[in-house]
Amino acid sequence: MTALLEVQGLVGARGGHHLFGPIDLSLSRGGALLIGGANGTGKSTLLRILAGLLAPEAGAVRVNAALRYLGHHDAVKPALTVAENLAFWQRFNGCGASAPPLAAVGLERLAAMPARYLSAGQRRRLALARTLDASAPIWLLDEPTNGLDAASVTRLEAEVDRHRGAGGAVAVATHAVLRLPESRRLELGRT
Amino acid sequence: MTPFLVLIRRDLALSLRQAADALVAVMFAVLVVVLFAFGVGPEANVLSRISAGVVWVAALLAAMLSLDRLFQADHDDGSLEQLALGPLPLWSVALAKATAHWLVTGVPLIVAAPVLALMLAMPPDGLATLLAAMILGTPCFSLLGAIGAALVLGARRGGVLVAFLVLPLAIPVLIFGTAATEAALTGLEAAPHLMLLGACLLATLALAPAAAAAALRQAVG
Repeated sequence: MTALLEVQGLVGARGGHHLFGPIDLSLSRGGALLIGGANGTGKSTLLRILAGLLAPEAGAVRVNAALRYLGHHDAVKPALTVAENLAFWQRFNGCGASAPPLAAVGLERLAAMPARYLSAGQRRRLALARTLDASAPIWLLDEPTNGLDAASVTRLEAEVDRHRGAGGAVAVATHAVLRLPESRRLELGRT
Repeated sequence: MTPFLVLIRRDLALSLRQAADALVAVMFAVLVVVLFAFGVGPEANVLSRISAGVVWVAALLAAMLSLDRLFQADHDDGSLEQLALGPLPLWSVALAKATAHWLVTGVPLIVAAPVLALMLAMPPDGLATLLAAMILGTPCFSLLGAIGAALVLGARRGGVLVAFLVLPLAIPVLIFGTAATEAALTGLEAAPHLMLLGACLLATLALAPAAAAAALRQAVG
């Protein structure tokens, strides 16, 4: 079975400093990769390279399916309502029926509220709603639990489980404890 | 609706929520025209003679006002990297955002141009040509501005830098736009100047989105 995402000999650097690598890994359907490591070891850089936002120092990344990426910033427009923010990204990315409802992140009651009134955790949940799109088999999540309460983390874990069960795969860079059964762990700073 | 139109629609919605954008551009153009009139004096012949140039300079400066923010907010809140990962190539993202900028600032300036010209005692004979020239010229300002706005992403004093980058590039548009209107006012043929403006528009349409995309790629990385 072809892996959704394959990495060979990947070397990451930032500002001329070697961060990690060479790394070989693959992400198959139903797979989960937890990326750990101390601050500055290149967790975000690795995810940005996998997403195609950054060029690697060396090595190759092959992405065989559509992906969604959650970065440090939430890509939320304060002047638009919660529903308008989500609808924009769903229409822009052509998600259609595969898009999760706001209820999936517990924001259904705030749909008509301008996003400028959201707390940091609520903005993160809105960003997650944009990212957790079932039509994209690969989810790349950079510190997805930042600002989330316990109930939201549990909801996120359930969404990820559901996605993996449907044949998706996820790579998560996080310092938090995220319960993702049968996930592999990549500890940066040791490669 | 295609992603291109979806992006234009979102930028229009954001501008309408902050309605100041379009109003500020027009009000700034009015202010420039009024200042010129005060500076030059009330002599109608003198004002009429410089009217075409003043209206074009006012439109160019007004279009510059919001250019530094064309990509800045998307860059700051993470939207730009999401747009880069989306279904549109970056040149198309740049084109969509330049189009939205033109709709928000260029179109109101086109509508206001005849009023500005009449304030400077321009004879009505030149208004049709002025309008035609503005329709061809103002999109060039937004397209050239997209290059400057993309290049200064993350820079301090971005607004000043955009002006330094874009104003020299806009000089041909300014020359042909003014020349077309003056030709119409003096009874000469305006068509060659309008065709040159059209050529400027086609050239910026072909080159500016790609140039802006190259700068955006650097900013996202």
